[in-house]
This record gives sequence, C-alpha cells and structure tokens, in this order.
Amino acid sequence: MSKPFNRRNEPFSVAGHSVPRKDSFAKVSGKATYAIDVSLPRMAHAAVVRSEYPHAVINSIDTKQAEDAPGVLVVATAHDFPKLNLRFGHIIRDHQILALERTLYQGEPVALVVAETRQQAFHAAKLVEVEADELESVTDGRTALSEENSVVLHPDAGDEEPNSSFVEFQGNIPAHVNNICAQMDVSWGDIDEQFSNADVVVESEYDYPMIYGYAMEPYCAVADYHGDRIDVWTTTQHPYSVREDLARVFELPMSDISVQVPYVGGAYGSKAHAKIEPLAVLGSLISGRPVKIVLSIEESILTTRADSANIKAKSAFSSDGTLLARDFDIVLNSGAYTDNSPLVTNKIAHRCFGPYRIPALRVRARSAFTNTVSASSLRGFGAPQGVYAGESQMDEAAEKLGIDPIELRNKNLVGSGDEILPDKRPLETDLKQNMDLLISQLNADNTYDSAAQFRGAEQRLVGTGFALSASDAGSHPSSVAVVRLHIDGSATGMISSTELGQGRTTALAQIIAEELGVPYDFVAIADPDTSTTPYERATGASRTTALVGRALQKACDDVRRRIRSYAKDVFNVSEDDVTDLPAGVSVAGNSYSYGTIIDQWFGAGGEAIGVGEIRQAGDLEQLPPFWEIGTSGVNVEIDSETGQLTISKLATVGDVGFAINPAMTESQDAGAAMMGLGIAMHEELLYSDGHLVNPNVVDYRVPHMSDLPLSTHQVLVERQDGVGPYGSKGAGEGALNPMSAAVTNAVSNAVGRRTYALPLTPERIWRAIHSK
Amino acid sequence: MPNFHLNTRINGTFISCEVPQNTLLIDFLRDRGLTGTKPSCELEVCGACTVLVDSLPASSCTTLAAESHKRNLETIEGLHREGGLTPVQKAFSEEFAFQCGFCTPGMIMSAESLLRQNTDPSREDIIHWLDGNICRCTGYESIVRAVQNAAKKLLGENKEEGGPNEQTVQP
Repeated sequence: MSKPFNRRNEPFSVAGHSVPRKDSFAKVSGKATYAIDVSLPRMAHAAVVRSEYPHAVINSIDTKQAEDAPGVLVVATAHDFPKLNLRFGHIIRDHQILALERTLYQGEPVALVVAETRQQAFHAAKLVEVEADELESVTDGRTALSEENSVVLHPDAGDEEPNSSFVEFQGNIPAHVNNICAQMDVSWGDIDEQFSNADVVVESEYDYPMIYGYAMEPYCAVADYHGDRIDVWTTTQHPYSVREDLARVFELPMSDISVQVPYVGGAYGSKAHAKIEPLAVLGSLISGRPVKIVLSIEESILTTRADSANIKAKSAFSSDGTLLARDFDIVLNSGAYTDNSPLVTNKIAHRCFGPYRIPALRVRARSAFTNTVSASSLRGFGAPQGVYAGESQMDEAAEKLGIDPIELRNKNLVGSGDEILPDKRPLETDLKQNMDLLISQLNADNTYDSAAQFRGAEQRLVGTGFALSASDAGSHPSSVAVVRLHIDGSATGMISSTELGQGRTTALAQIIAEELGVPYDFVAIADPDTSTTPYERATGASRTTALVGRALQKACDDVRRRIRSYAKDVFNVSEDDVTDLPAGVSVAGNSYSYGTIIDQWFGAGGEAIGVGEIRQAGDLEQLPPFWEIGTSGVNVEIDSETGQLTISKLATVGDVGFAINPAMTESQDAGAAMMGLGIAMHEELLYSDGHLVNPNVVDYRVPHMSDLPLSTHQVLVERQDGVGPYGSKGAGEGALNPMSAAVTNAVSNAVGRRTYALPLTPERIWRAIHSK
Repeated sequence: MPNFHLNTRINGTFISCEVPQNTLLIDFLRDRGLTGTKPSCELEVCGACTVLVDSLPASSCTTLAAESHKRNLETIEGLHREGGLTPVQKAFSEEFAFQCGFCTPGMIMSAESLLRQNTDPSREDIIHWLDGNICRCTGYESIVRAVQNAAKKLLGENKEEGGPNEQTVQP
C-alpha cells in the first residue's frame, strides 16, 4: 500500500522503515538496566509478610522473633504509621498498603521486614506470627453479588470518594454496597420487541478465567525517602500515576517526588498504576535507608491478576441472518480492592458486542469484590473477556441459522465511518476487507507437517475459526513532550512514556528524525523521571506511538519555529525569508544547519527547545482517539483420542493505519497473538477454599516455544486512517482480543460441539468430543 | 552458614573466593555486578537466568555457586568482547527477536550453547533446545528465525575459514 510522503512532502526517510531498535545493543549484550538491577549505597532489602487467610480479622501480629533475626533492621505493621492514611488507589483510595484490622484475601500484605540482605528479610518474614480470626469468604463473582451472600468485603463503603480527575471511567461506582465495585450499563433500542420478533435466538453462558500476565521481571522497586523528598526506581508503566498516589499517601508536593523508570521487563497492562511502590517507600521511611523490594513470581501473582468474567449472552436474528438485538449480563470477579477494575468494567461493556449494526442492545456489566487477588488491567482490558462471549455466539448463531460465519458477519458488520457507540468516534476502517484478508490467509497454502501421528482420518479432527473485535483504545489524550535540539544537530525526546518492550524508544525516535530531518542515529529518547521528563497520562491502551507521537510532532514544530526565529535574529531578516530544510533552514537562498543557527544566536553553546502537548481538543475531541481492530484466526487439528489441540496455522491482520516500524509492529501482533493462544489453551488461576492453588509458572502454564503454531501468517494493513503521525493508530492488543473466541470457534468447527469455558485443555476438548 | 572456597572461571577470568555454602549462583553473579543474568520464576522453568557451565546451559536460580567449582562459567557479559557482538547477538538484533529484553540474555546463552553443540540445527532442534526459555513478548517465531540465521552465518564463516567446526557438518 502507498506510503507516499511525510509532512514536508518528501519521501519518508526514517518513518515507515524497519530501522534497528534503539535498545538492540543494550538488550542483546545484557547491559540494559531494569529496576531489578538498581542498587544504591546503604541500600537495605525488604520482604513482605502475607496473610494466610482468605478473609480474617487480625487480633495481633507478633514481630519479636523476626526483629531478633540476623540482619533485621525493622519490622513494620500498619500500626507503626499512625499519622499516615495507608490507603492508595488511582480510582478509589481503598487499597490498604498494609492491612489494618481485616485482611481481605490470602496473600495480602500485613507486615514489612527490612533487613541488610534480601535473604535475611525473607527468612525473618517467616518468623512473623499473625494471630487472626478467620471469617467466611467468597471467591465467586456472581455469588458475591447474590442476595443469599452475607460476606461483605467493604462494609464501611462510601468513605472514599472516587478520584474525580480519573475521567477515563464513565460508569457508576455505587459506594461499594453489596460487593459491587463498579457498574456500567449500555443500551439502546427496544430490546424486548426485537427479541419477540426474532426468528432465531441464541443464549449461552460463558466463563473466562482469572489470568496472570506474567511479566518476566517481577514487581520490584527501590525507594529512598528523605523526609522532604522521595526517589523511586520502579518497574511501572505509569510513573505519573505512581507519583500521584505517593504524593497523597506521604503528603508531599508532586515536585518532591521523582519516579524513575528504566527498561521494564514486560508489563502488558499488569504494571499499570501503583503496585508495590508505596510499600517500598514505607520501608525506607521506617528504616531510614534506601530500600529495595523484589517480589517473587508467587508474590507477583498475589499482587495483580486480570478480572475473570461470567457472561450471560443472548442474541436475536431474523432468518436471513440480520442481527436484531444483543443482551449481555456480565459479572467480573475483581478481587479484594478496586484498583483498575472500574475501567475494565467500562471497557468490557463497550467491547463485548462487536462492530456490528445492532438495532437494540442491552449490556449490564458489574464488577464484584471477592476474597481473591485484586484484579486490574491486562492487555485488551475487558475485550478478551467480552469478545470471547460475543464472537463465540456469532458462530453459534451462524450454525443455528445455517449461514456461513463469514457471510453472517459480512451481513452485519458496520461500514467505514459508521458509529458502533453513540457519540463516540466512528470506525475509520474497512472491516470486511480485513476479514477477507484474514480468510485468504487461513485458506492459502495449507500444507504442513502434521504435529502428531494419527492412526487414521477418524482420529484427526481439523477445524478453522476466526473472530473480530473493535476496542475503544488510546485512553484519555493528555501528553506533554519536549524536544531538545543540540548544537551538533542531534535531538533528545523528553517524554514519560515507558519502554515496556513495545518499542516506544525506537518508534518515537523515528518520528522525531522524520520531523526534524536529522538521521535516526542522531535522536535519543530520555528515560522517564517525573522530576525531569514531562507529564504522560498512560503507557497503555496502545496509545504511545499515535498519541505521544502527535505530541512529539508538535514539539518538533515548536523547535523549528524557534530555530526560524533565531535565524531571523542572526541574519536580521524578516520571517518570510526563513524557510525549513530537512535538517536546518534556508535564509535568502543559503542553507544553514540547526547547529550553525544555535551557535550564532547564543554566541557560545546553547540549544533549542520545543514543547508539544495533546489534549482532548481538535481532532482528538471525540473519543476514543482511535479504534483498535482485532482480526485473528486459526486452523487447528485435534487428536480425538486425547483431546490434544495443535494450532496448525495462526493468522492475524494488523489494522494499524501506518506502521512507523513494520518489523516492530509485526512483532507486537505476533506477541499478542501468542499471549492470546496461551489464554485460550492453557492459562487459569485456580482457587480452592479461598486459597490460590497454582501461583507459579509451573502450575500456571504460559506458552513455550514448542507451542508455536506450525505456521504463522501476518498481514499489516496500512490505510493511513488513524489520528497518529502519518495516519498511524495503535497496535499491540488487537491480535489478542479475538483469540480465545477464534480458537473456540475452530475447536467447535473441528469437533462439532461448542465449548463455553476456557482454557481449551485436552480434557475439556475430549469431553466436548465424547459428550452426548 | 559455613563458607566454601570457590575456584571458578567467570567469562575467562579466574576467581578464587569464599562464599557461603547456600549462595545461589544467580546471587553470586548479580552481586558481582553481572546483572545481565535475570531472575524470574526461581523454579528452573523460565530460563531467564540461564548461564553456561562448561558450555552447557544451566539455570543459575537453582544452582549453588559452589557447584561451579573448577568449572568454566559464561554469562551474557562474556559474549561481547573486543570483536563486537557474536553472530547470535547480531541475529537477535537484526530479526527483532526481543521486545522487553528480560528473557534475552538467557535466551541468547541457550542459543549460543545450542550452536556449539549442533552447528546446523533444524527448526525442531531449535524449538526443542530453547523450550526451557520463556519469552512473553515476541511469540517466539522471530527468535527461531534469529537462531536459524545465526547458524547459517556461523556455518558460512567456518567454511570460509576452514574452521574447527567444519568437520562436524561433513556427512
């Protein structure tokens, strides 16, 4: 597809090219520094004492033995900080940093041990004795909301007002009554009438399990509390959100809090907002030393997971396949504290019904408090859960109607420029073309070596399936960017978007190089630090390239304006005599580099600075900033004797507008798809009697290399129809969102029966094959 | 905890020191500033902490420092010397075979080890050898491609130079 010209009407020199990643050398040489590698002089180490009870009232915490253990500096409980309000949370401030009177889930932090070494801290943490009375607990979402349930997690609800500056959430937070964390309703049309007029109605209940994101770098932070200032190095996605929470808890002005984020060892949404940073600061405050906390993976699982979902879905069709109505009743199991679940509730309500023309819709999404690990954001944000139900049901309906699943979707998909949510930005894309591209990938060149030895055709079941999704992505558009143009013509981008591996350092450097006309090697991107790099709302919702890229373009415009103004002064000419060149300016027919202009204007040294910002205004007035489209499919083969599932082909279509770095964009889709396959086939956190039974990556199995599909086909579609630089839009979640539904549809296609729960383990598939 | 007198070679440098007997190899290395070796699962399943002991991959999270006594240890820091990046490191870079990079040192050490044992691995060989290294970002295909390309490059170099590995590829 055409990638004609940049904003100066020149062919693209850097953007649109798969230039090497900026972090290549650091990451292949082992020199890349992550928060887990940060070490300070006099640094002590902390370990967390966790509740063993699903739900309990704490009677006493005996810290004596731990205090006497070798190397221990101090053992702290919530009672050691009488002057502080030890609650954090960016939407509702209800999350106890250390439990005060009650613990709400097994694994909740109740005390903190600070010692000279991590081993000493871990050893001493085992010596802390918590005496508590166990209470009845509830771990299922629908049970927690039912009338028979008597377990209430937050009886003192309503103490905390929702944070009014968190404008992203648009639903209701009903003061925590009856275990409802948040509720989101979306509806239009006459649902009852449409259902009564329907020729075909499909109705089912779907279960999407609790998922753990498993970023390979566990949660870790180093904090240095100076009384009037806090320095934190942490593995977070959102340094500014962490700063906001720390400022509230420790009652300091934001200007005295430096949150620094080196390379992040994977995040995928699981490192959104504050996690263990408040704990690390408490450790430093009480010990008077810099303190490092590195959680184990088990503890990381006990810190955050993704919301599981129980979805009752009903869809009505006329006999020709026209979609008449959809009705979703969703309960998310959101765990013990609010965290980011209101936003997940918001998003699942927007993302479950799909990019279809729907005359009548009713979605009720409720998020339930339960005595389990607090749930929060994870890649896709409600889309994987909702799309699993919505797109499973489309195939179920196709079968009942006797219409091909492709044809059924073709009949109901919205066209380019159509709305799927009232007053939201219309979809600027061609969904039918995306689907056609996907299907042609799934149908083409289906020769591969079969994974297993099958005795006969009867034993080998083959199937194909796909699913589509549309996500209101991009989050709220607030970003500030600064570009520093140095005297040698090189530039530094100052932004607080974090490098999670998604390639922000590379893509944003490409945008600056393209805008300023300087070589890619002459651009660097600074590491985020809230005391130096400017405000960034979020690194998530696939927004960075498109939205931070826009802010950087404006900063480049500003720096060029400044250079033109310097040139006007230096040569004593009028503004009209100065025009932009790729890496400098032309003054009365002569060309000058940026460096020459800076040098002559200052007389000695100097640099030019440009500022750019984006907000909800102009072409970003209407939200979402962009729709992220998911178009994924698989071909499968199944061993009917064992239920073993093999992905024979994986196909994705990345609807990205414009790929700033095509190789990196494909890598995003490939990773998202594989993460989706893991969820579809293997992953599920399991509770038994209020206890998490598989909190490790042996019993919670993520994809290994041997899970690679036998073949992979990826397509990028570049229609330059996004709001980002050069028509780009977000990527990184799209390929994952429809994956559970796509695999479910393929398995159903192979075995002739539908499944309603994940993961698609051999046992679950075997039962589907052999059920009567 | 009693000490153990450890004599070992790390990235070519001979080390003689006292270490507590229960010191894990990963902590021993990281405390010496070799932070390229990454901790993650702490259960010997993710491969992020992979180092080479006498050219074979080992999970340093479940190996005692004392077990490296009189052995040759290699970490990611030992690969890059005056000659620049190794063909495996270059191939990971060229193929975009990493994102967050946290698994990358362990992945590269496993791949280096594979190509020392098997100069012309099949796709199945690569998948089998690297199955103990988890990557959460890339979806693995680019890693397979990187190892294949590194193998090709090494085979080519060795043929040109008539290097020591040439015999192993003759039928």
